[in-house]
Amino acid sequence: MKVTVTVNGGEVAAEVADRTLLVHLLRDVAGLTATNVGCDTSSCGACTVLLDGRSVKSCTLLAAQADGRQVTTVEGLSDGSGDLHPVQQAFRAEHGLQCGFCTPGMVMASVSLLAENPSPTEDDVRSALEGNLCRCTGYHNIVRAVLAAASERRPS
Amino acid sequence: MSILGTRVVRTEDPRLLTVGGTYVDDLREPALAQAARVTFVRSPIAHALITGIDVSAAREAPGVVAVLTAADLDDLPPPPPDSGLTGTEGLPFPLGGAWSEPLFAVDRVRFVGEPVAMVITDDRYQGEDAAELVSVDYEQLPAVVGVAGALAGESLLFPSAGSNVAVATGTPADSAAFEACDVVVEHVITNQRLAPVPLEGRAAAAQWADGKLTLWVSTQNAQIARFILVGALGLDPANIRVVAPDVGGGFGAKIGVDRDGLLVAWAAKHIGRALRWAETRSENMLAMTHGRAQRQVVKIGGTREGRILAYRLDLVQDTGAYSRMGGFLPFLTCLMAAGPYDIGHVETAYQVVVTNATPISAYRGAGRPEATAAIERAVDLFAAEIGVDAAEVRRINLVPADKFPYTSGSGATYDTGEYVAGLDKVLAGAGYAELRAEQARRRERGDVLQLGIGVASYVEITAADADGGETARLIVHDDGTATVYTGSSAHGQGHHTAWAMLVQAELGIDMSKVTVIHGDTDLIPMGVGTYASRSLQLGGVAVHKAAVEVKEQGRKVAAEMLEASEADLELDVDRGVWQVRGDPATSTSWAQVAAHAGDAGLAADVNYTEGKPTFPFGTHLAVTEVDTETGKARLIRHVTVDDAGTVLSPVLAEGQRHGGIAQGVAQALLEEMVYDAEGNPVTGTLVDYAIITATELPSFELLASETPATINPLGAKGIGEAGTIGATPATQNSVIDAVSHLGIRHIDMPLTPARVWAAISEARESR
Repeated sequence: MKVTVTVNGGEVAAEVADRTLLVHLLRDVAGLTATNVGCDTSSCGACTVLLDGRSVKSCTLLAAQADGRQVTTVEGLSDGSGDLHPVQQAFRAEHGLQCGFCTPGMVMASVSLLAENPSPTEDDVRSALEGNLCRCTGYHNIVRAVLAAASERRPS
Repeated sequence: MSILGTRVVRTEDPRLLTVGGTYVDDLREPALAQAARVTFVRSPIAHALITGIDVSAAREAPGVVAVLTAADLDDLPPPPPDSGLTGTEGLPFPLGGAWSEPLFAVDRVRFVGEPVAMVITDDRYQGEDAAELVSVDYEQLPAVVGVAGALAGESLLFPSAGSNVAVATGTPADSAAFEACDVVVEHVITNQRLAPVPLEGRAAAAQWADGKLTLWVSTQNAQIARFILVGALGLDPANIRVVAPDVGGGFGAKIGVDRDGLLVAWAAKHIGRALRWAETRSENMLAMTHGRAQRQVVKIGGTREGRILAYRLDLVQDTGAYSRMGGFLPFLTCLMAAGPYDIGHVETAYQVVVTNATPISAYRGAGRPEATAAIERAVDLFAAEIGVDAAEVRRINLVPADKFPYTSGSGATYDTGEYVAGLDKVLAGAGYAELRAEQARRRERGDVLQLGIGVASYVEITAADADGGETARLIVHDDGTATVYTGSSAHGQGHHTAWAMLVQAELGIDMSKVTVIHGDTDLIPMGVGTYASRSLQLGGVAVHKAAVEVKEQGRKVAAEMLEASEADLELDVDRGVWQVRGDPATSTSWAQVAAHAGDAGLAADVNYTEGKPTFPFGTHLAVTEVDTETGKARLIRHVTVDDAGTVLSPVLAEGQRHGGIAQGVAQALLEEMVYDAEGNPVTGTLVDYAIITATELPSFELLASETPATINPLGAKGIGEAGTIGATPATQNSVIDAVSHLGIRHIDMPLTPARVWAAISEARESR
C-alpha cells in the first residue's frame, strides 16, 4: 500500500507492505535511524516519536496509521541552526544519557510531557516517563534534565 | 588547574542527542547494502532430543535465501581445546570437553531459546514468517530446573559427564570455630536469576569479501570477539576485522561474542552474502546470558557484644545449560565472601551445576553482588539475633583503617580503605538516629506504612584480571590535534570524554582537539575491552602513560627547536605550549613540535598491566516504606558512599553509581527470571519481567569519598559495579527491617508485594 507521512517537515511517500510498522518506515524507508526498537511489547519506549505533536510508540503503530499525518523524530527536534533543543541541551548538561539507545525516545517523551505540562514536579516527570525504560542512568539525571529544561523554558 | 576531577560534559552526547548513535542495526555501510536478514529458529522446549529437522517448507517461502542447521556446519575446524580465555585455580573458563557448547544445537536442546536453525531472507518480516515453517521434531526429556533439580541428578544434561555438577571445590567445615561462638545463625538465601536487558539487544552484521571477514557486533570487547572468532571459524586473525560501533548497553552480557553472533559470521562466509541480525527483545530475554542464580547457605557466629568470629558461605551456582564462565563467578563470590569485615575464621565452598535454562554469565558485579548480598544478610541476621543495632555491628567488625593492606579471611588482599569513615559518613548523611526514631514512632502508632532502614557495607574487587592489561596508542599531529586509539571499549561509560580529559591534563591539548577511537581490530589489534570495572585503572592509565611518554618526546624536540636544554623546558598545560622556564616568550606549540618531529613523529604505544586488582568500598543506606496491608515496598531514600579512589570525572562516576543503584534496587524489589517445572521461562518479555522504571525510584543521595589507590598513577579504582553491589543488600535489608518487629528475619529477593505480604501474614499467624 502507498503511505505518505510528513516526517520532520518533509514528505515521505512509499509503497510498503500493509503490516509495516511506523518505526520501520522511519528507519528503513526514511533512513532516520535515531528511533530505536528496544522491545516487542510496547514496554520500553525507545521508539517514541511525536505523531501530530503527541508522543506515541512507533513500534506499535502501523505506517498506514500515520498516513497523512505529521511525525517528529529526535532528528527533527532542533531547528537546524546547530543549537540543541532545550530538552536535548538539558540532557547533555545533566548527563541524562549514557549508552544513548533509549535517549531519542526519552527525549521525545520529555518534549511531549513539557508540551502538556510546562511546570512538572519530580513526581510528574517520573510518572510521565514510566513508559520509557533506561538501563544505564537509574533515571536520576534524566529527571533532573527534564526539570532543568522545564525551568529553562518557563518565563521568569 | 587540571581538568581532572572537574565537571566536564560529555563529548559523545551531541551526536547521540541529535541524530542518534550508530548501533549495529543502524549501519548503512555500502558493504551491507545488499545484506540479507538472519532470523533464528530457537528451541521452544527446555530439554529434548532433536529427532528431525525439516526445512523444505521454509526454503520455499517468499524471500528465503537459505535455511541453515547444524548439518551445514561442515566447514569449521574442530572445537578449540578446553582451556579458554583465562584460568582460575585450574578451572577452565568456559568449561570444554563433555560440557562443550555447540553453535547450533546438535542432537539435543538444553534450554528454551537455544538456536536450532537459521533462516536467511531478503527482509526481516519474511524471516519471521519463514522461521515458523521450519519443522523440528523433538523427543522431550525431563527438564532439570534450578539447583535442586540439578543436584537430584535424575535427568542429566550431559550424559557423558555423568553428573550435573560441573565443579565442586572449597574448604571443609570446621565446627570448632563456630563452637567457640556465643551465637551462631544459619540461613539459606536465594540470589535469584536476572536478565541483563541492555536496551539494545544483541546484534551483528557480517561480510565475507576478498578472503576477509568483517563482523560488526554489539560487544564490550572487539578484540576478544576476534579471538573467539579465530577459534570458532579457524581463520587467521589477520583475516578477521571486528568492529564495535555504538553499543546500547552491555552490563557484562556482551563480553566477546555469543554463539548467535558466531553463526552470523560463519553464515556470511558460508553462503557468500552479507548478513544482518538484530534480536528481538523476546529472543534477548531467552538467549542472551543471564546473571546471578546462586543458592547460598550462610553461617555466621560471634559474641553477644557483636564481634563476628566465624563465617561460612556454601553456595551452588546454577550456571544454566552451558557453563560459559566455568567456576569463575562463584570463585569470585567466595574470594570476596568475607566482605569488608575483619573475621578471624572464614570458610567457603561452591558447586557449579548445569540446568535446563539460559546460560549464566557476567552481569554487572559478576560474583561480587552475590558475595555482598550473602554477608550483608548474614550480618543483619546476626545483629537481630543478638539484639544489637545492625549499623553498630558493622562498625565493630569493619576492617580498621590502620590494617591496610589487609588480607581477608577469604583470601583477597584489600589495598586501601577507610571503611568505618565511609559507614559513618552515610549514617550522618542519612540522619540515621532520626530515621530510627521515626521508625519507632510508626511502630508505636501501628502505622500501616512502616519504615525500614537497611545498611550494607561492601568491599569489591575491580580489574580482577589486572594482569590482562590494556592498550593505548597516542599520536600528536602537526595540526596540533591528537588521536587516541584505545583497547578499552565504551558502551555508555563515556571513555571518549574521559580519555580526552587525560590527554588535556597531561599535554595541554584541548580535549576538543582529541579524537578517541575504539572498537576496530584493524586499527587496534591488541586490546581487552570493558568489563570488571577495569577501564579507567587499566585503559585510562594506559592513555595517561602514553601522554607522559609523548610529553617526553615533545620535550626533546622542543628543546632542539628552542635551543635550550631539556631541563630548562616546561610545558604550559593551560596554553598547550612548550616554553623556556622563566621566558614564556620563547615558546613553541604542539603543532610546531609535531611538525618538527617529522617522520619520527610524536607517538606512543602503551600496553599497561597493573599486576594487582584494586578494592573499592562503600556503604549504602536504603530507606523503604512498606505497606503492611499490601506488602508493597517503596524505596524512598538511598544514601551512599562509593569510594573508588581518585575520581577523574565526577559526572561520569556519579552516572555509574546512579545506574548501578537502580539495577541493584531492581534485583531487591522486582526482577527475577522465573521458570516453570518444565523449564519454560515465564518472564520472557518486558511485560512479565519487571525492569525498574522512573516511578519506582527516588533521586539518590550520593556522598563523596576518595581514598586513592596506590598501585596506579591516577589513584583510580573501578566504579562501574558499585551500585549493584551495595544497593541490592541495602534495599533488601531495609524491607526486612521494616517488618522485623513482627518477628520476620529474612525474605528472599525479589521482595515483591506478594512475598512481603505472605511473610507478614505468616508472622502474624504464628504470633
